[in-house]
Amino acid sequence: MGLTGLEIFKQLPKTNCKDCGQPTCLAFAMQLASGKASLDQCPHVSDAAKEALDSASAPPVALVKVGKGAKEVALGNETVLFRHDKRFEHPTGIAISVSDTDSDIPAKVAEINKLVFDRVGQIHSVNLVAVANASGDAAKFAEAAKAVQDNTEFPLVLISEDPAAMEKALEVAGDNNPLICGANASNLEAMVELAKKYDAPVVIKGADLNELADLVQKAGYKKLFLDSGAREVNKVLADQTQIRRQALKKFRPFGYPTITFADNPDPIQAVVDAGVYIAKYAGIVVLNTADPADVLPLITLRLNIYTDPQKPIAVESKLYEVGNPGPNAPVFVTTNFSLTYFCVQGDIEAGRIDAYILPVDTDGISVLTGWAAGKFTPEKITEMVNETGIADKVSHKKLIIPGGVAVLSGKLQELSGWEVLVGPRESAGIPSFIKQRWNA
Amino acid sequence: MAVTIAKEKWTSKVGEMVLGADSTVKVGGESALPFLHFEGEIPNKPVLALEVWDLEPVDWPEILKKPFADVLADPVAWAKKNVEYGADLVALRLMSAHPDYKNATPEECAATAKAVADAVDVPLIVIGCGVEEKDADLFEKVGEALNGKNCLIGCATEKNYKTITAAAMVNGHSVIASSPLDINLAKQLNILMTEMNLPANRIAIDPLVGALGYGIEYAYSIMERARMGALMGDKMLAMPVICFVGQEAWKAKEAKSPDDENPEWGAQERRAILWEVITATTFAQAGGSIFVLRHPETVKQVKVQLDKMMESNAY
Ligand code: B12
Ligand code: SF4
Repeated sequence: MGLTGLEIFKQLPKTNCKDCGQPTCLAFAMQLASGKASLDQCPHVSDAAKEALDSASAPPVALVKVGKGAKEVALGNETVLFRHDKRFEHPTGIAISVSDTDSDIPAKVAEINKLVFDRVGQIHSVNLVAVANASGDAAKFAEAAKAVQDNTEFPLVLISEDPAAMEKALEVAGDNNPLICGANASNLEAMVELAKKYDAPVVIKGADLNELADLVQKAGYKKLFLDSGAREVNKVLADQTQIRRQALKKFRPFGYPTITFADNPDPIQAVVDAGVYIAKYAGIVVLNTADPADVLPLITLRLNIYTDPQKPIAVESKLYEVGNPGPNAPVFVTTNFSLTYFCVQGDIEAGRIDAYILPVDTDGISVLTGWAAGKFTPEKITEMVNETGIADKVSHKKLIIPGGVAVLSGKLQELSGWEVLVGPRESAGIPSFIKQRWNA
Repeated sequence: MAVTIAKEKWTSKVGEMVLGADSTVKVGGESALPFLHFEGEIPNKPVLALEVWDLEPVDWPEILKKPFADVLADPVAWAKKNVEYGADLVALRLMSAHPDYKNATPEECAATAKAVADAVDVPLIVIGCGVEEKDADLFEKVGEALNGKNCLIGCATEKNYKTITAAAMVNGHSVIASSPLDINLAKQLNILMTEMNLPANRIAIDPLVGALGYGIEYAYSIMERARMGALMGDKMLAMPVICFVGQEAWKAKEAKSPDDENPEWGAQERRAILWEVITATTFAQAGGSIFVLRHPETVKQVKVQLDKMMESNAY
């Protein structure tokens, strides 16, 4: 990635033997640079050159996977420091921890499995379960890993710095590509051996950034997560920023996703710290809470930070039904920004109202933004009313519009010939509005 | 192996704003990205204001009214309570001026503002009712009544900035400049206001933030870009940023929905407060300096987080 033809050319044999099908090594290098050829088409390139080219063409942050199958998570492959430059690619994996000293692990895991939320029509959940070897006992750790694995589909993070305990846990959970957490200065070789044996990713923890860089180089393994050792939020922020900056500058030891631990003893501050890690580059954040009141804000933050800044999420602009609308069902007009649409749809559902919704195509922007930008207009609403044939489905001629755009009502009434009812400003007010105002 | 710490060489800094007559509050002045103490100075901690309304709020959920139960109808008592709760500033919202509510006169509002200002020894933020023409009239009188108190007043928009800026200049206040989530609009308004000779360090940028789950990402990125602009020397982006977090967070369904409506979301109180806290702390990471909040527990939690963030992380 990002290598010029000339940089590649320097690594080629320069014999112009044509075995690659190109007239010269330089021509082949140019083809490589533009992605039209692959390096293995040259039979003469040296191993050293191959290694140099591979690592230079690798992405700044390696993509590392944890788990297997449908719930596998992939982290890394990030290319920027700021989301306004280009979207952040792989949303922070949220891990919830259990301890091998917990009395009822299956019950705790069941709580974690329930952390699934529907937001703007998409399902969002936590991603991993971390098992901590708090007991210090190898057999207990393995037992806990098994209990977790038997009760969840989420990939595991195995937390122990004792290679003997890790070995035991891997005997039960090693085939499912768990994250081994992990290696440090005193157990590096043994942990990396285990990781290699199971071909699983491993966390490398340094006492600071300097030691971390050393250990990564010593490890001789590429499925890595980085832990700078910092645990106070201000220091983690600095280290996360450094690791991302260094990775983008192609400082190779830091070219891996990171793991962070929100283990502030103050339970509210732990959640707040986790929010900082999500905004600031964490590959994985490990939480000690499975309270949905703690997790929902973090999952929402992750969704926001990792959306593509160039494209709002939109729903298709067409006639939607909620429940079983009959001829007397109310017709709600809104925009096709998914957040807007799903607020409205959710509140109509919550009020158990059978209804039609017409989300006008505003290029996926909200009601007020759409109005201010001239994309949510009486003309466009009328067009949609006519094109969807809603008049044939209902026996009345009444449209309900958002309270925020009450100013549209006169013109809309005139253009469409429908009576316009101005609804509440917030969609949450729809159920009581219908109770008081709807009769058709 | 020693890692060479990657430091950006910024050439400029955010302007420093001073508020309050006697007990002063300072914001801004940073020469680094938020809380990256290793590459510049961060002389002032972001500050927290709690809102006071001059009429009993209509659409506040119960859990938000609870901490103010006995003072909701008395702005002076409410303001004092906010100070007890640890607010660095009191943000008085003159909602009664709104034509849909009491349509109170500028004189009535000025009297309330004066009474509140005299009752507390922290600086005041005074916010109008949001109707642009009305706010213009309002601040002629309110600005005068608060002469010399060095308040932060607003919100000035493209439509009413002239009157509000003039009122601020005559009476020694600073101004909140609001523009909808657009870096060029923000800059444009700052230029217009400084062209009236209001010093740049008497303007706070209000980018009209959205809450967590409701557009937070747009403001987050605008604020990051504005901060980078400031550090690279753009004086018309080098103002502290004010975030009206409380009003946005408490509109969110996740904050308003009671325990039994969405049991899978957890207890309302904890969820709602975290909604406000995380909206604020996330903006702090993007460069927000003044946070206007609603719940006292939010003030407490955000303060703990900011105190930690102000500890050095220099290498
Ligand atoms: C995020 C945002 C943006 C984003 C757009 C994101 C998007 N996909 O929509 C960006 C940065 C692109 C943007 C741009 C602009 N924005 Co803008 N933006 C916002 C912001 C912060 C939040 C909007 C949002 O997402 N709200 C959440 C959604 C869910 O709300 P909603 O769609 O209104 O839906 C609610 C209600 O309307 C109601 N509802 C919805 N449908 C229905 C239907 C019925 C029947 C009923 C009863 C109720 C109902 O329920 C919903 C939930 O409560 C608001 C300010 C704010 N804090 O609200 C400004 C705001 C909407 N923007 C504004 C403006 C002016 C603009 C720009 C024109 C600025 C400019 N000159 O560049 C541009 C226009 C964009 C363009 N040219 O395409 C103004 C609009 C002012 C006005 N009243 O006219 C606002 C209000 C800011 C302000 N106070 O000045 N904006
Ligand atoms: S095969 Fe290799 S050595 Fe031969 S011309 Fe192509 S690039 Fe050069």
